[in-house]
Amino acid sequence: MANQQTKTIVVTRFDPDVDEVPKTQEYEIPVEADWKVLDALNYIKDHVDPTLSHRWSCRMAVCGSCGMNVNGVPKLTCKQALSDYGDRVEVQPLANFPVVRDLVVEVDGFMEKFKKVKPWIIEAKEAAVTEGTNRQSHAELMDFKQFSMCINCMLCYSACPVVSNEPDFLGPAAIALGHRYNQDTRDHGSAERNEIFRDDGGVFSCSYANECAEVCPKSVDPSGGIQQAKLNNVLDWAQGFVVRRGEN
Amino acid sequence: MVDVVRHDVVIVGGGGAGLRAAIAVVEADPTASVALVSKVYPMRSHTVSAEGGAAAVARADDSLEMHGYDTVKGSDFLGDQDVIQYFVEEAPKELSQLERWGCPFSRNEDGTVSTRAFGGMTTKRTWYATDKIGFHMLHALFQTSMKYDNIVRLDEHFVTKLLVEDGQCGGVAALDVRTGEMKAILGRSVILCTGGGGKVWPFTTNGNIKTGDGMALAYREGVPLKDMEFVQYHPTGLPGTGILITEATRGEGGYLINSEGERFLTTRDYGVGTKAELGPRDMISRAIMLEVRAGRGIKVPGKVGEYAHLDLRHLGEEIIDSRLPFVRELSRTYANVDPVHEPIPIRPVLHYMMGGVDVDIDGKANLDGLYAAGETACVSLNGANRLGSNSLTECLVFGARAGQHAIAQSKDTSEIAESKLVAQADAEGGRIADLRGKKAGSETISGVRETLNDIMEEGTGVYRDQTRMAKAVTDLAALRARYDAISLSDTSKVFNTEILAMMELRNLLDVAETVATGAVNRKESRGAHACEDFPDRDDENYLHHSLVYREESGTRFDTKPVTLGKWEPVLRSY
Repeated sequence: MANQQTKTIVVTRFDPDVDEVPKTQEYEIPVEADWKVLDALNYIKDHVDPTLSHRWSCRMAVCGSCGMNVNGVPKLTCKQALSDYGDRVEVQPLANFPVVRDLVVEVDGFMEKFKKVKPWIIEAKEAAVTEGTNRQSHAELMDFKQFSMCINCMLCYSACPVVSNEPDFLGPAAIALGHRYNQDTRDHGSAERNEIFRDDGGVFSCSYANECAEVCPKSVDPSGGIQQAKLNNVLDWAQGFVVRRGEN
Repeated sequence: MVDVVRHDVVIVGGGGAGLRAAIAVVEADPTASVALVSKVYPMRSHTVSAEGGAAAVARADDSLEMHGYDTVKGSDFLGDQDVIQYFVEEAPKELSQLERWGCPFSRNEDGTVSTRAFGGMTTKRTWYATDKIGFHMLHALFQTSMKYDNIVRLDEHFVTKLLVEDGQCGGVAALDVRTGEMKAILGRSVILCTGGGGKVWPFTTNGNIKTGDGMALAYREGVPLKDMEFVQYHPTGLPGTGILITEATRGEGGYLINSEGERFLTTRDYGVGTKAELGPRDMISRAIMLEVRAGRGIKVPGKVGEYAHLDLRHLGEEIIDSRLPFVRELSRTYANVDPVHEPIPIRPVLHYMMGGVDVDIDGKANLDGLYAAGETACVSLNGANRLGSNSLTECLVFGARAGQHAIAQSKDTSEIAESKLVAQADAEGGRIADLRGKKAGSETISGVRETLNDIMEEGTGVYRDQTRMAKAVTDLAALRARYDAISLSDTSKVFNTEILAMMELRNLLDVAETVATGAVNRKESRGAHACEDFPDRDDENYLHHSLVYREESGTRFDTKPVTLGKWEPVLRSY
């Protein structure tokens, strides 16, 4: 084929049963012009080396499984064109996570941070379903919609300089998610979440490096969300201060 | 010995149906404990990729009666009418509940939830969140499920066998993918919610995880699979990748165009009448195939074959960006086409399985303690052809019902001999250990999978005939020997995806066998099952459900009656 060319894919390999530390392995493979990085990994898995371990599923940039560092930058590999790179492409597991094996990182810590921000509607009172739906204006929807678009691919944790220094930092995706519920007119739980946000590892740990927003494959702006959450917390705290003094 | 964990209800699969079932269990009984077992993290489940919306009556110009009849007619009269009645009644409650759980539905000016038109639906009753309803529904359910400490997740656990003793399902054997250790996860009820098996076919909207696991698990225990011959080809997938371009594109007014620039659904008779692009999926997919056959397909050099165009340009950038932003993103990223300026190349693509584990209206299978819901199940809502946007609502309505019934029944089930169940899981552990790195013959997983895909595309495509379906049955039987001759390379216990692929391939082979067996036994055309040698529907001989059983001697085919009601079968035309 006229378009046929080859590339060398340099993949991080690590099997905790055998390896003390990660190593790299090079695969020279034929590639096609329209391939994503994931297509190259799947080619290796199917035709060259079935022992390679990586996660993937939807291959349409919505399930969030296939995040990896490509030439050092966090990418969703099913969305990232292989043709954007030269003859050698390095694929590594996401940074700032323990590696389970090869390109597979451990997700449980992320899930715990996620749960910490109470990512569910906290109602003022339980309403029966027979009461039907809430009303919400388009403008109210837009106040939180973009923060509901996170696919949990964890690229922002791989990019975040704070996560790398402060492993307990809630991190961009979790804070943006908590903020998403705080901004939702149907929710009444912001006081609870803001306590968590103000705690150690909360919003004030963010140094506004903005790396999270830059690597997000879904154009969510976690950094913007965190800054909004900081502001809300300062206001919330100040207000609480005034009320408490008023009570005395 | 394997690790043993005990819960009241074990749910396999953490997509729309599994999560809804889990919440239903703990809401019905706050003291109950649920194991939510998934081979991925739940937010990776394929519910995530549904785009267009979820159906439920919401508007003054609509009625339960109309939603009911649209569904019956869409099913080509093979849907069970008691099930459909229950479904349309529960649908608005379930979607209201989803709204209260925070799903960011798109809104009307007055703040009520907005609805859009969908194929085969008489009026606008599809609730949507731009064009990512599946993503938002899955995340709303998953995040809501985190409220409940008694929903215990076992993420990245692959179920290899149902544990069955004395005619009662009492749990599952599951491989912890991270450690490679087998666990016995015991519960007095098991609910299968693992989705469909689109990866049986080469060209599909389905993600890599859609390997028919729950269907195969039940089938191997002698539970019949129902109506498996009915598989849905979605009319609009991207050529090459099969990535879904939602029906909402047509709901919002998009056109299908052939190589002559003709809007063929309005100029030629494909049975969809004035519905045109909003006809049901089976008919639109056939129309596209016939256009290609007639030489009016759009040809490009290369491997993707001929296709049609989906034209959205007349909608304008504002509508596309506000209602179909994901379609624009997908078209640009995966087809190098901006739908604001160019038509999108599309062709029919395998999307959904109407068939599944035969269950009753409570989600109960023909094995005590076993339930199924969602695409895994065949509760007979969809019959021979599902209407777009009914399946997400199905996950909610029947996920909830299965959960409620599974916990109610688990209280009065007598204890099963636990040691026997654990022994079965132990044996599974041994089997998996032997399989790691096993050397057999010269076959590979990808080689056998490609042959399976070829067989099923040839034998069970949009159009079928007896010769090709019969050949699929024979070829699949022969492929078993090749499966047994696969050699494996990965000996590691940790995150061994080769072992997973091997077990998934077995599930795909089992599911494929039931599809081909169902197909060859239905000598008529109904809904999505279009036989060129039997072009008409034959109610006299085939107004029944198909059942395929696995027995020691091979497959056994049987039938069971359709539950009719107030709607008598008539010729299906629009």
